[in-house]
Amino acid sequence: MLPVKTPPRVPARRDPAPSRLRYKLNRLWLRPAFRRATNFGVPAAVGLLAALTLMAQYDVRGQVLALVGSAREAIIDRPQFVITEVSVPDVSRDLAEQIRVAAFVHLPVSSLALDVGAVRERVESLAAVERARVRALASGVLEIRAVERIPVVVWRSEDGLELLDQNGVRVAEIDSRLRRPDLALIAGAGAEKQVPEALALLAETGPVAARVRGLVRVGERRWDLVLDRDQVVKLPEADAAAALRRVMAMEKGEDLLKRDLAVVDMRDPRRPMLRLTEHAVSEIERLKKTATGEDA
Amino acid sequence: MRRQLYEVQRAMRARRETALRRGIIAVLDIGTSKVACLVLQFVPDEIGEGEDTRPVLSQGAFRVIGAANTRSRGIAFGEIASMDECERAVRTAIQGAQKMANLRVDHVIVSFSGGRPRSYGCTGEVEVEHGAVAERDIGNVLAACEIPDYGHDRDALHALPVNFCLDQRSGLTDPRGQIGGNLAVDMHLVTVGSTPLRNILHCIRRCDLELAGVVVSSYASGLASLVEDEQELGAACVDIGGGATGISIFVRRQMIYADAVRMGGSHVTSDICQGLQVSMQDAERLKTMHGGLIATGLDDRDMIELPSILGDWDHDRRQISRSELIGVMRPRVEEILEEVRARLDASGFEYLPSQRVVLTGGSSQIPGLESVASRILGRQCRIGKPLRVQGLPQSATGTAFSTAVGLAMHVSYPQDECWDFETPADRQGARRVTRALRWFKENW
Repeated sequence: MLPVKTPPRVPARRDPAPSRLRYKLNRLWLRPAFRRATNFGVPAAVGLLAALTLMAQYDVRGQVLALVGSAREAIIDRPQFVITEVSVPDVSRDLAEQIRVAAFVHLPVSSLALDVGAVRERVESLAAVERARVRALASGVLEIRAVERIPVVVWRSEDGLELLDQNGVRVAEIDSRLRRPDLALIAGAGAEKQVPEALALLAETGPVAARVRGLVRVGERRWDLVLDRDQVVKLPEADAAAALRRVMAMEKGEDLLKRDLAVVDMRDPRRPMLRLTEHAVSEIERLKKTATGEDA
Repeated sequence: MRRQLYEVQRAMRARRETALRRGIIAVLDIGTSKVACLVLQFVPDEIGEGEDTRPVLSQGAFRVIGAANTRSRGIAFGEIASMDECERAVRTAIQGAQKMANLRVDHVIVSFSGGRPRSYGCTGEVEVEHGAVAERDIGNVLAACEIPDYGHDRDALHALPVNFCLDQRSGLTDPRGQIGGNLAVDMHLVTVGSTPLRNILHCIRRCDLELAGVVVSSYASGLASLVEDEQELGAACVDIGGGATGISIFVRRQMIYADAVRMGGSHVTSDICQGLQVSMQDAERLKTMHGGLIATGLDDRDMIELPSILGDWDHDRRQISRSELIGVMRPRVEEILEEVRARLDASGFEYLPSQRVVLTGGSSQIPGLESVASRILGRQCRIGKPLRVQGLPQSATGTAFSTAVGLAMHVSYPQDECWDFETPADRQGARRVTRALRWFKENW
């Protein structure tokens, strides 16, 4: 047996065996959970703790915030980022003025501080603007490119007269029909939802175009074409354009609408009906009597 | 009757199953000259349909993901001579294998080459309970085996049911489900000295590892180096290691005999050391570089420069011929082989249908061993390299690693042992709760 106390001697060769502590540490390190905790958990915890300790001191926090604020301002206020002008190209002067007011941009402003999306939303909230594109150009110009809505009809609603565009969206209010005599008139509740159909119907009224006073939406489901002399063409719910073409053909061939009629009722396409005016009825009675030789 | 029969083995089996479920297990071959460690990764196949998907391991479903070996210290004749040194060697091997695998291993299966293994054949016989042989009958018949009195200083390491016999119909490997009246079993019991075994267990425990099984090393090397038909028809595996030479005999895929000769390659080295008066390291080097067993005329002229002890080139130079070296080595190898022959004769190896001998282990690399062994053992001999397994590094494919590879194969396809079957309740002793649970299980 070896002596219990070995005399100190220089080891001839390095012992390749790991010491017990080393072996245990190695095995501990091979645990995935331990390794994750050491690699990510401990640094994160230390960083968090340091940040919290530092920020818990009031003056340090104030200094840090002030430093951050001043750095931020120094960047934002650089002359390269300043917007000095708002340009609204390619729209009428009235609308351009409206857009400038609506955009609500106080010049000069830094392009970093300006919320371009909010400006665009404000401009698009104008009734006369269909869509807008806002961008800050490098030359310090804020360019707002707006697409105008073009009114196509006048709608007489319960609230008054309004101009509608192709999609039935309100463009503006007007106080008198005479302001836009070039546009057709539609009326009735729900008419604004069917502007394209109304326009298609109005396009069919070629022979009586000069006499058309407007289209009335009845019960939010069908149209009445109103001419002067209070003549009404009642159109069906389905395929109104075909019915109207039929009436126009009759007008061309037989001058139907030039006669003394009150109503042309096309609601049932298989059985169109005419209603005469009272004067016409009495006139027919009189002529019949004359023909049979009775006394008037 | 022993009360807590095979309790340790059952616990180790439970740990082995845990490790297999986890998929990582290490095998450790603690030999006299080297400690080798392999880390195995298992890829379980899912079988069954629906909820009944349980991982089932099939042979070859593992791959070696870590391998390390180191010179072992403090081990003599396969037994621990110095606990500290041995622990260091085990730590080195385990840490190297863990580093290669980049995984931590907790469960380890160890081979054990010392402890003077001794084989016993036992037989048991019972009546089958319900016509067809069920798992319970096998447990009964295994429990009915007459366990020989192998002494209080020895422990059972393997208890393999080798052969079942159902109504004079012998040669059954798995009688379950067959109809019969009288069931008999031949069991092969291997015992080793309990003190060296406990030392190994203690060493493993000191390395923070959990022991999932102990295998006799000659059994493991037989599993790795015998090919299939050798295992089937009968062959002996002679594992010539550093300090001990293991012998295992296989027939019909079962190990039927295990023994060990307490001599090996390190004795050859010490012979060279003493005979030629060189240091142990130099002797080892001479043996591996120039060693041989059959001298020819050319070897007389083949002069080997002996390393000088003093380092004085002018005055201290010695030369020997290679035939002198062979003359030192050969008697010892012959002695080992004669001892092996005596053991083989005692075992009744000559009655087997085929009597091949497969030499493996580190010392089987000595040139000329094959013909010397054939002459002494009187049978066909071949050098058996271990089977190739997936992921094993090239450096670990030699004959020296057949025990480690055999351990890996044993893990992936474990043989049924006696304690894999449930002991009948009346022999189980005083575990009342278990008995109550079992009663419920059987009757509901």
